[in-house]
Amino acid sequence: MIETEDLSKQFGDYWAVDGVTLRVRPGQILALLGQNGAGKTTTVRMLTAILRPTRGWARIAGYDTVADPEKVRASVGVLTEQHGLYTRMTASEYLDFFGQIYGLDESARKRRAAELLEYFGLTSVANRRSGEYSKGMRQKLALARALMHEPPVLLLDEPTSAMDPESARLVRDEIARLRSSQRTIIICTHNLIEAEWLADEVAIIYRGRILASGGLDELKNRFLGPLEYEAHLAQPWQLDGFQLPDGVQIVSHNETSLRFRVERPKEINPVLLHALLARQAPLLTFNEVPRSLEQVYLSVMASVQR
Amino acid sequence: MVKSLFPVWLVFWREVRDQLRDWRVLFPLFVLSVLFPFLIKQGAVTVLDFTAKYGGDLIGERVIPFFVLVAGFLPATVSLVIALESFVGEKERGTIEPLLSSPIADWQFYVGKLLAGTIIPLLAGYLAIGLYLLLIKLSDVDIKETGILVQVFALTAVQTLLMVTAAIAISTQSTSVRAANLLASFIIIPVAILIQGETVIMFWGKNAGVLWWAVFGIAILSALVIRLGLAHFQREYLLGREIDILNLRWIGRTFWQSFSNGQKYISDWYAYAVWPMIKKLRVSLAIVTVLGVLGVGVSFAWFQANLPRLLQDVPVEKRAEIVNERLESITDSDVVELELSAPLIFGQNLRAVTFMMLLGVFTFGVLGMIVFLFNVGLVGTVLALMGVLGSSPAVVFAAGVLPHGIFELPALFLSAAIVFHLGVVLVTPDSKRTMGELLIEGFADWCKVTVGLVVPLLLIAAVVEAYVTPILLNLYIAGG
Repeated sequence: MIETEDLSKQFGDYWAVDGVTLRVRPGQILALLGQNGAGKTTTVRMLTAILRPTRGWARIAGYDTVADPEKVRASVGVLTEQHGLYTRMTASEYLDFFGQIYGLDESARKRRAAELLEYFGLTSVANRRSGEYSKGMRQKLALARALMHEPPVLLLDEPTSAMDPESARLVRDEIARLRSSQRTIIICTHNLIEAEWLADEVAIIYRGRILASGGLDELKNRFLGPLEYEAHLAQPWQLDGFQLPDGVQIVSHNETSLRFRVERPKEINPVLLHALLARQAPLLTFNEVPRSLEQVYLSVMASVQR
Repeated sequence: MVKSLFPVWLVFWREVRDQLRDWRVLFPLFVLSVLFPFLIKQGAVTVLDFTAKYGGDLIGERVIPFFVLVAGFLPATVSLVIALESFVGEKERGTIEPLLSSPIADWQFYVGKLLAGTIIPLLAGYLAIGLYLLLIKLSDVDIKETGILVQVFALTAVQTLLMVTAAIAISTQSTSVRAANLLASFIIIPVAILIQGETVIMFWGKNAGVLWWAVFGIAILSALVIRLGLAHFQREYLLGREIDILNLRWIGRTFWQSFSNGQKYISDWYAYAVWPMIKKLRVSLAIVTVLGVLGVGVSFAWFQANLPRLLQDVPVEKRAEIVNERLESITDSDVVELELSAPLIFGQNLRAVTFMMLLGVFTFGVLGMIVFLFNVGLVGTVLALMGVLGSSPAVVFAAGVLPHGIFELPALFLSAAIVFHLGVVLVTPDSKRTMGELLIEGFADWCKVTVGLVVPLLLIAAVVEAYVTPILLNLYIAGG
């Protein structure tokens, strides 16, 4: 569980994070989105008890970040913005080192390192110094380090950056698997497709403040309006005289397609479809118009930058 | 306890292993520890031959331990870069954040790095010393001064420790490796000066035992620097500060806020800025007062006991002349020759308190206290000298010290107390303020006490000393 209340950090006169309140439950992934310098890294550093909040508080896995910093750190696996590898260490040495720091015994360290190296396809290079690795391999090793002690809370900064599509998919699958094993996860990312694919909740941060947060559907409804549906017709059809049911609004149309905005789709869509068919509309397809997290993000950012 | 030391070992061992895999560390160390001793051995043998030729045997004997000092100092200085970049270098490479996010406690992290930073320079220094001594032995040079060799071994260890502890402290407080390297001159230059002093003592010959005091003093200073580093090590500052811009406006604002305490009028400033500061100084003032009284008493007792023995061969009529000469040399001035004017006395006293503060800041009050004890010790010395010359120390004190001392001694004690307080503040953990803030606020506190009380007291004391004390002394002499 990750809980924050009015979490704020001031550097000199500048508030890097200002009043961030979040709740992330076990088995949930929160995507923290924002421009560079928006306050994502500072928030993560406060959640790992590296930075002390100027105001507010944070609790990680039940431990307060100020009162129990060491217990907080023991409960968290962090993937930092920079991979942070010791380039003169081999992958095996590196994982073993962090395994010891997190208090794993030798057999647990060996088992866990072997599992992770195998999963991320690094077994064949396990005894090569990480300085010789590609960017993607380094990122995978850094992620393996974050997972080494099987922490209940994961804070992942750009988990798939610099990875090829195959590796990125591997990492996303692993994150999804971790969610299903009741881990609490925050990912900071600029990859909105990835965020949409993984996140249960999204928080958009701008200049240290949370501008919007909530579930994906909730945010889409709030910032993009009611859902839109598109009907494609097999042949040209005249709309004239067609009586729209209440709660439906036509957004655009031409001879072979119609786009509606529907406020309560569960109630209204069957009525709408019935009405169309009753007017013998040559209905070919009827789909929800896809709306992306990117549209939400851009809409939110546009609203503050106006 | 053993369990809590394990993370220290982990940090230490990773760091050492990393250094031993880096040819940029190994190569200069190899040159300085293995090749350089051949060069200095040749230098030592040449100097020995030269001094033997012209009968400078004593210098020749001391050349061997002198070069031991050099052999130990150079590898330690060069490998200081390891300690300097121990924290800030990791920060720049981005490797520190995973460690800072781990459950290692601050002190475990710090001590692990400290040991790793110390062990390589120390081993390199001892390797160079060992090889140099072996080469000397193989050259059939007779090493007569083995006692000094032991002292130099100990000196190398404590000097390396001092340099490394200071470098680690700098590394935790710097925002970039470049800044840390620039600040390293604050380590290398004082230690180089220290070594010059040790060299003088070594060649002086008869006071070689003084080097043990140097070992003791440097060990104390190292312990204080370690305490300072631990007290102010906060993982927050390693990642919380990114830019090393000198923010003069912020410095000025922080200083003024602390100095004025928000007061606009002088009376309010005395009531709400100076007086609370004096109250804060109560404990320091008590300690300094005890030290001062002891200083006067000990110096008086020592000179009273030893002066007759030191002067026993001097005819009574010449004693005053010798005492005057000694006084001039001790007080480092021609004031005895000059007419004592109030501005001159005030300038000298102000210089002494400023000097005390400057030395105190860089040594956590230690050297500042020594300057203070030297000054109060002078009072005891002068009184003892007067006693030997046949005057009553009590009357001389009453007529020659007390009139201006009523103002001057409190000023001196206040100055010493603020310097002592600064030293204590610097080595006390403070999670709310950075080292920079502590230094600025400490300087502001010193200015508050100095401008508010010390300077006015010294001004009055100077006027009294120039115009009242001589009259009283003359009355005493005329009466006597």
